[in-house]
Amino acid sequence: MTRLTMIEGGAVPLPIDNLDTDQIMPKQFLRVIDKAGLADGLLYDLRFDEHGAPRSDCVLNRDDYAGARILIGGANFGCGSSREHAVWGLRQYGFQAVIAPSFAEIFYSNAMNNRLLLVQLERDAIDALLRSAIESPGNLLSIDLERQTVTTAQGERYAYPIGARHKRMVIEGMDTVGLTLDSLAAIEAFERSHFVRHPWARVM
Amino acid sequence: MSDRTLYEKLVDSHTVLHIDEHNVLLYADLHLMNEYTSPQAFSALDARGLAVRRPRQQLAVVSHIIPTHAESPRVIRDAASLLQATNLARNCERAGIRLLAANDPLQGIEHIVAPELGLIRPGMVVLCGDSHTTTYGALGALGFGIGTSEVEHVLATQTLVYRLAKTMRITVDGRLPYGTSSKDMILWIISKIGAQGARGYAVEFAGSTIESLSAEARMTVCNMTVEAGARAALIAPDKTTFEYVRAHAPSLDDSAWQDALEHWRELHSDAGARFDAEHRFNGQHIAPFVTWGTSPDQAVAIDEPIPDEAAQTTSEAAASLRRALEYMGLASNRSIAGTPIDRVFIGSCTNGRIEDLRTVAAIVRGKRVAPGVRAMAVPGSGSVRRAAEREGIAKALIDAGFEWREPGCSMCLAMNDDVLGASERCASTTNRNFEGRQGRGGRTHLMSPAMAAAAAITGRITDVRTLEEATQ
Repeated sequence: MTRLTMIEGGAVPLPIDNLDTDQIMPKQFLRVIDKAGLADGLLYDLRFDEHGAPRSDCVLNRDDYAGARILIGGANFGCGSSREHAVWGLRQYGFQAVIAPSFAEIFYSNAMNNRLLLVQLERDAIDALLRSAIESPGNLLSIDLERQTVTTAQGERYAYPIGARHKRMVIEGMDTVGLTLDSLAAIEAFERSHFVRHPWARVM
Repeated sequence: MSDRTLYEKLVDSHTVLHIDEHNVLLYADLHLMNEYTSPQAFSALDARGLAVRRPRQQLAVVSHIIPTHAESPRVIRDAASLLQATNLARNCERAGIRLLAANDPLQGIEHIVAPELGLIRPGMVVLCGDSHTTTYGALGALGFGIGTSEVEHVLATQTLVYRLAKTMRITVDGRLPYGTSSKDMILWIISKIGAQGARGYAVEFAGSTIESLSAEARMTVCNMTVEAGARAALIAPDKTTFEYVRAHAPSLDDSAWQDALEHWRELHSDAGARFDAEHRFNGQHIAPFVTWGTSPDQAVAIDEPIPDEAAQTTSEAAASLRRALEYMGLASNRSIAGTPIDRVFIGSCTNGRIEDLRTVAAIVRGKRVAPGVRAMAVPGSGSVRRAAEREGIAKALIDAGFEWREPGCSMCLAMNDDVLGASERCASTTNRNFEGRQGRGGRTHLMSPAMAAAAAITGRITDVRTLEEATQ
């Protein structure tokens, strides 16, 4: 897999706390058996009115934010339903990173499994980035994944935390299933003793 | 070994290996699937040329997309939904996985079906591509939702790469007041700690209020704990738990049962166990709770006003409140009681069990749904539906003017054709009041089954404790 060490691009401000995955990917886009076409559904009700016409009050419909690769969101971003369609939609739309004060837990795992970088920063830093993104839509952010920093066009730099495993998952991509299958012998050994000690846990 | 929490005991007993300081490879005793979060996982498995590793530790249910019109046999007319159902059937058939399909008498919502079939037992780890898998903590099992990539991982390996959670204990003591239920309790707790108040934590509930709850009422609590951001919810198994499991898992013979009991009695947090966070609440202060906003933590007691913007402690909270009130068509400082409703929805994995339907029937029996209100009752499973018919619950609901429907997730998330219209206001026993959750522009008020029943009768959000006065 290609290494991803730098994300550079415009940033879209979407400072809504508790932006849930129902809003990120509404129900009508979940009736699929593949992952195709989810960019169309991304934040649908925010982007389009009830007749399907683009809403002029939505930042995502503005020319000066076109092609943005980074979304700046509110706290508890991605809460609610476990639907991975939300992350697939963000990626297909062109987002490579979301910056927010905090992320919901299942969303976090889904993002890591799809190499969507989640940058958690303090409110002050988020507020500064939001101001900049609102006042100067053309300003680019650059995220250095190795050094774990976000740098603004003005040279302000913010360091963000990320676990070693998750950092590797985003930078290198990781075949988690393949790696676990390398431990198949350990899983089999576990199963042998587990169901002897806990026979009632075998329910079917 | 040092004193451990219940959560730590469950994780330890299912740890195949330690990956690093924060991650373990966790074994799944049981994995549940539905038609909409599993297809891409099966496809990915196919692309790798892998088979489902432990087909007999999987159960699949058609739950989310299925129409709930009372017709027999049930027919899925929407082409995309039908494809999801037939695709799930094909995947299960190929892998040898048990499927509860649309016309299976045991079909229902996964989180209702699995406990009632005796498949959830204390000490298990149960995973599902659905966030409300936290429900199973009510029986002392570690359950939590996963994404589709993780579904693929479980199908291929029967394990999950699992990030360890922090631990939180929420203790609630005191007798639940008249007119309240475990739904009011969990709405109240979420309103206190916030929609991300338990984010990152596995929450263990304790205290006399919790102990007094039935197994089904506990499921309502653990189900909705995810709405506070929790990664899991747990209640230490006790006599109530054991009796529920025994009644639903007759396959356990006497000797297996004694062995199991001996083990399950150890499933509690040790006296010296330390939690990363603790909350204590007085259950006697619980009142009927109703959400006024678009996040499950935006709730008030029925006799309290909708909060004031000026009273919000942060600008973000004030912005959320403004946005929510605009969407909901409501205003600060006015009473939530008396708000007229258009629809009533009884059902979901939160409140679609037989006890919930008994509560509703007791309130609406001999009364009529208010004119202009459309009220739907969607049992959580085929078994719940039949029990309700045997007990005369269905008749009471139908006589009162409710639609008595077939089981499924239905209008909780409106993936089928049970949808709110724009600006329609719904008294709902479900778990999420997000913008557009029950239909674009739809306005959801989460509440208990008793409160939803009261709203159906009066056509307004009504304090169930004063229903008799209100309808005289």
